[in-house]
Amino acid sequence: MSESETPGYGRIIADGLWTRNVVLAQLLALCPLMAVTGSATNGLGMGMATTFVLVASGFSVSLWRGLITPEIRIPVFVLIIASQVTLVEMAMNAWLHELYKGLGLFIPLIVTNCAILGRAEAFASRQKVLPSMVDGLFMGIGFTTVLVIIGAIREIFGSGTLFANASLLLGKHFSFLETVVFEDYKGFLLFVLPPGGFFVLGFLVAFKNIIDGALENRARAQEAAPAGHPSAKEAH
Amino acid sequence: MKMSSDNPGVHALLLAAIAFVAALFLVIGNLVTKSPISQRQYEDLVRSLQIVIPEHLHDNDPTQEFVYLKGWQGRPVKIYRARRKGRITAVAFERYISGYSKIHLVMALDVSGKVLGVRVLDHEETPGLGDRIEIEKSDWITKFDGRSLDNTSTQDWGVKKDGGVFDQFTGATITPRAVVKAVHEGLVFFRQNKVRILTSPATGNRDEYERRAGS
Repeated sequence: MSESETPGYGRIIADGLWTRNVVLAQLLALCPLMAVTGSATNGLGMGMATTFVLVASGFSVSLWRGLITPEIRIPVFVLIIASQVTLVEMAMNAWLHELYKGLGLFIPLIVTNCAILGRAEAFASRQKVLPSMVDGLFMGIGFTTVLVIIGAIREIFGSGTLFANASLLLGKHFSFLETVVFEDYKGFLLFVLPPGGFFVLGFLVAFKNIIDGALENRARAQEAAPAGHPSAKEAH
Repeated sequence: MKMSSDNPGVHALLLAAIAFVAALFLVIGNLVTKSPISQRQYEDLVRSLQIVIPEHLHDNDPTQEFVYLKGWQGRPVKIYRARRKGRITAVAFERYISGYSKIHLVMALDVSGKVLGVRVLDHEETPGLGDRIEIEKSDWITKFDGRSLDNTSTQDWGVKKDGGVFDQFTGATITPRAVVKAVHEGLVFFRQNKVRILTSPATGNRDEYERRAGS
């Protein structure tokens, strides 16, 4: 694959967390997003498993990039990602069985996550190994953050709890996270079902655009100010 | 695009080679993890059996006394038997059924055909929707306790949406429907094969079952 200029690590991190956030900017991976963000805990589980695979696939796609011709790159990426996910699943089931029982449900869903294919295509196949892994890590963290936020909002309004069953995913030490927000809450079905996910996602994307718009306006104002200054002097 | 070529055969060969390497990794992974995974699954089963067959019903180790019988689609079913003072008090067996994914569950019955308990051992249903069949996430699976073919009619063995008595989940009907059907089938199986289940001599392993079934 053709090497393109490697962006700095600061740029990679900012892209992953905000500028090119998998969900909020690229609008990828919506299928697993809608399926699992009924609760914050499930969002966190899906996010962690996805992050791991993003780093691993960034590593292997980048490592093999010299060998893969553009004509066959898509099937090869799918092959690498799918076999890697399967290996991770088998190893976790065998040696990290308790964690597998918590995270295991999310792993098969990752194979279908187009964000991973997207990063392989857009980044790892053109960049060196280390930047590809950093890109995977921060794309994953950005994805996880959005999943947890959407999961938390849907869980609070849909079921009246927050981080329910967190101790099943993270171990007993994290049971302090489990909160009941509204006692005797009857539940709000819309938020539990996928349409609620779309609503919350829509608001979050709008929120990001408002912030980006405000930042842009401020930057433009700052650019305009020094330019206006000397001309104002001349007038005097 | 260093190795790009106009000859499609080159791409095909390259793809085949990469697929071969990937398959090789998977074969090795499978070989290495196979026995630890089945060990873990066996431990899960033992733990569930201890929960679904109450202590006071047995003085033997039900995981060590079992019999293979012909079950669904002619496939062998491993039936665990709990005894107290030599008499069989309860039986348990595993089932693999299809919801969205393959669901692996174990159910225990007392000798009168009443459900002692059902547990899901393994499944890949959608997290947050279908996974409420797990005891850790919901008490739904305990609603089978005490049910039998005598106290629950055939029409009642279904989710509420289908006119039965069992709750479905918000956003997920297929999963609970499959579990209800499996438990019902299990009870029918027990009723139809009661004598064989209770009187067949314990078989040591699956080979022996297949030898007997074949002869």
